[in-house]
Amino acid sequence: MIDWIMQFSLKLLETCRDIFPVVVIMIEWLMHFALKLLETCRDILPIAAIIIGFQLLVIRKPLAHPRKTIIGFFYVLLGIVFFLEGLDLALFPLGSLMASQLTTPVFLGINPGEQNASWQAYYWVYIFAASIGFATALAEPSLLAVALKAEQISGGTIRAWGLRISVAIGVGFGLALGTFRIVTGSELYLYIIGGYLIVMIQTRFAPKLIIGLAYDSGGVTTSMVTVPLVTALGLGLASTVPGRNPLLDGFGLIAFASLFPVIAVLGYAQIAQWLSKGGLSSKP
Amino acid sequence: MFKNPFIKQLFASFLDLAPILAVVLVFQVLVIRQSIPDVGNLIAGTFFVVLGLTLFVHGLEQSLFPIGESMAYALARKGSLFWLLTFAFCLGFGAAVAEPALIAVAEKAANIASNGKLIEQTDAAKAGYALGLRITVALSIGLAILVGVLRIIRGWPVYYPVFFGYVCIAIMTPFAPVEIIGIAYDSGGIATSSITVPLVTALGVGLATSIKGRNPMTDGFGLVVLASVMPTIFVMAYGMAI
Repeated sequence: MIDWIMQFSLKLLETCRDIFPVVVIMIEWLMHFALKLLETCRDILPIAAIIIGFQLLVIRKPLAHPRKTIIGFFYVLLGIVFFLEGLDLALFPLGSLMASQLTTPVFLGINPGEQNASWQAYYWVYIFAASIGFATALAEPSLLAVALKAEQISGGTIRAWGLRISVAIGVGFGLALGTFRIVTGSELYLYIIGGYLIVMIQTRFAPKLIIGLAYDSGGVTTSMVTVPLVTALGLGLASTVPGRNPLLDGFGLIAFASLFPVIAVLGYAQIAQWLSKGGLSSKP
Repeated sequence: MFKNPFIKQLFASFLDLAPILAVVLVFQVLVIRQSIPDVGNLIAGTFFVVLGLTLFVHGLEQSLFPIGESMAYALARKGSLFWLLTFAFCLGFGAAVAEPALIAVAEKAANIASNGKLIEQTDAAKAGYALGLRITVALSIGLAILVGVLRIIRGWPVYYPVFFGYVCIAIMTPFAPVEIIGIAYDSGGIATSSITVPLVTALGVGLATSIKGRNPMTDGFGLVVLASVMPTIFVMAYGMAI
């Protein structure tokens, strides 16, 4: 009997020792989670205070569904915590992984000692950036809503599908050009200011009704999922391409992704207008 | 099949991620053909992102969006310019502070700045830099929405403030520190991602509907672009100041 108790307690101790690290990890993780939750509380406090403050002080009406609102805020809080945690585990590493895999000397087929590969060797990087931009923009739900609205405004001259494809081409081309800039290490502002000039000239000739919508299409395509991935891709490229510095060259891709759709949409609206005018004037 | 709104949202969030996963998968299988390290973490992280997005959007649709929308209508009808502009500023500021993409990228930028010896390599310095960046962006978004609302009320053409912003950026860039230019140019696109765009669009369309002589279709747009130009100017100024 005593023997059995001895053996049992020994087993118990051993098991304790075995599960101890797991418990420690779980407690650490819970602490980490609670800390993140508190930090996020601080982040969404301003907007909650603004909304509720204005409702009570300026509009002077109680909230319509106080319970639903509070539960909603709690969901937002939890959502941000999980999202940020997931970004660190998946989207950020994925972006830098793609950047490093697409730029290893073995993949490029160049001599590892060689420092100055020409920009043409990196063509898969441009293709990857363009595909990511094109696919995410085409699937963006908020863009679909905007495109349908545009078709309505223009009375059918501008097609929803044409608009979506032009935005997707704009984002894809923008990201490809942005990665080209990182690879070559040329100045960011030259491209962006150049883009601004193009937008200014296009605005002069574009149909007036579409201008506001075209301008906004740039902001619509940079969603919560694409921003972290594209940022990580840019930073990863700047740290793996020889001679580039993440501090100086790493950022800037998002700027390309939000400027070029504007140019693409203005261009599409212009072409659509010409085509429909041409169609009208050819009639007797 | 998707009767439950939560399941429906979960599916929608997955669809948001699907194009990225599809492109990455095609490249991994057809082009790169190397083993992927930490597949487990990637899968767990993807699940977290989908779950987080779902809770986030579901929560916004229950709390922030309906209130923000009805408030924009109520304030527009009230007709007090002072309160409307105050609300516009606060809404832009609050939405940008809570923007998850901005939180994540500001943290990333602080890490890069500290690795590049631009700021001290301590957690406190990094947290301070990230918070400073976010507050700067949030202030600029607040101001952008204020100007945008004023534009809708006064009926100015949308390109006046935008062109003015472009010219400011072009003039400021040579004087800003080189390390800040990239993140400054990016900040506009980062800030206009998930909370700001729907709230601000609702505000614009609501205003343009309730003011006589304005067309919601044409005057309602143009707020988002200001919110993506203004942060660039402010972040460059922040870079010059520190």
